[in-house]
Amino acid sequence: MTEDLIIAGFGGQGVMSMGQMLAYAGLSEDKNVLWMPAYGPETRGGFANCTVIVSDEEIGSPVVSHPKAVIVLNLPSLDKFEDAVVPGGVLVVNTSLVNREPKRTDIDIVHVPASDIANEIGSSRAANMVALGAFLAHKPIISIEAVKNTLKKVFAAKPQVIPLNEKALDRGAEAARVQAAV
Amino acid sequence: MSEKKLMKGNEAIGEAAITAGCRHFFGYPITPQSELPAYLSKRMPQVEGVFLQAESEVSAINMVYGAAASGVRVMTSSSSPGVSLKQEGISYLASSELPSVVCNIMRAGPGLGTIQPSQSDYFQAVKGGGHGDYHCLVLAPNSVQEIVDLVRLAFDLADHYKNPAMILIDGVLGQMMEPVDFGNYKPTFVEKPWAANGCKDRKPNAITSIHIDPKDMEQHNLRLQKKYALISEKEQRSEEWMMEDADIMVASYGMTSRIVKSAIRKAREEGIKVGLFRPITLWPFPEKKLDENINRVKEILVVELSAGQMIEDIKLVNNGRLPVSFHGRMGGMTPSVEDIYDEIKKIHDRLTVKA
Repeated sequence: MTEDLIIAGFGGQGVMSMGQMLAYAGLSEDKNVLWMPAYGPETRGGFANCTVIVSDEEIGSPVVSHPKAVIVLNLPSLDKFEDAVVPGGVLVVNTSLVNREPKRTDIDIVHVPASDIANEIGSSRAANMVALGAFLAHKPIISIEAVKNTLKKVFAAKPQVIPLNEKALDRGAEAARVQAAV
Repeated sequence: MSEKKLMKGNEAIGEAAITAGCRHFFGYPITPQSELPAYLSKRMPQVEGVFLQAESEVSAINMVYGAAASGVRVMTSSSSPGVSLKQEGISYLASSELPSVVCNIMRAGPGLGTIQPSQSDYFQAVKGGGHGDYHCLVLAPNSVQEIVDLVRLAFDLADHYKNPAMILIDGVLGQMMEPVDFGNYKPTFVEKPWAANGCKDRKPNAITSIHIDPKDMEQHNLRLQKKYALISEKEQRSEEWMMEDADIMVASYGMTSRIVKSAIRKAREEGIKVGLFRPITLWPFPEKKLDENINRVKEILVVELSAGQMIEDIKLVNNGRLPVSFHGRMGGMTPSVEDIYDEIKKIHDRLTVKA
């Protein structure tokens, strides 16, 4: 089974680190993983996206034009990637910064006010982890536990940020579950 | 728990060089390879090595000449426009038979071009680039793990044949992260009695690429050509994937070969008999294995991030036997899995009509 997703937002939202976290977590579950940044002359505030592939098989193309999932953290990212999601796929939308409804009706849409939740628990910088939690609750390609274990390793030198990130994952997951139950 | 590390291709080149015993790096920043000098600027001091950011690519390649002449393992890296600047030095390294490793993390040209991925320096890498009749060994990995394996091999081959070796990858492979296992590798060092590293109690060694008398220069060339023939005989490497029963052979190298693999999987799901032939050494070109495969298939498709460069070497080996078609993107664009699948499907339909 191969799962691929694109994560997009503006530079500074933690798009790249969120993708790397997912790849690290996949590696800890002995999966084949690949993380690829869209690299360009971009800066903080500019456009940022990365591709993550998690698979039980050998990973082929690092270039994914129609991913099974897309996580968008801002409106330009929704405009750019909404059409790319494969039919039947998942689109996670950070509704705090996206003021329109997605048009697609052939995919699962997960609404999560990621930036609002992040602010509520202490820092807007955790919005990426809220969105990741929401995605993984909807589609557990990797367990949230594996991501939490990865957080502990990646932030070994900055342990004070671990609880916030863990909380962000849980709150995102909770938001997705509440939505699914409605 | 896995022992594997998640690393960018560029960083993996740096760590692989360190594990191969390279303690000298001279470079100059350029996107998309700057993570490599950045990584080595941290790592080299930790292993008592030398990291030096030169004032230009020309300086860096000549520092490589000096270090290689003293007998140490040495590397430089750049991206396309910077590698163009290094060409004079590479020709000198080849003529002086100095073992060294040069990395090109290709971006799109010509000119300053753009920083997005490309494979349009194939001609430059395998057909010379600099002046004179010479060859670099050219290795083209297609994953971060293979980068590690081939960087180590590049140092070994460079020492063994006293020749510059080049690692040729595109910007995406340099930028992307994959798990790598460095294993328990220990480098093997060869004696270098020719090195200019102090001549107490022995005659001085001279390392030069100038042989003014044409008779001497021809003899020097003949010796080099003999070496290249030996390398070509012994060092061809390639991968064949799903080729056993294939009617269609797709030839592709580096990162592009992975997009091809995904397209082949998709075509195989529909019963299309198609496989991949992937050159791992671009020079020496894997002529022997390619020839065997051409005898078994019906058509060839070549996919590159260029206007069509490796296709010339495919055609030389094919020698008019089979139809050869081409799909390429330029300017930093990459083909999608679907694009390549469509090309395979077209060939399949043509072969079906013929049958």
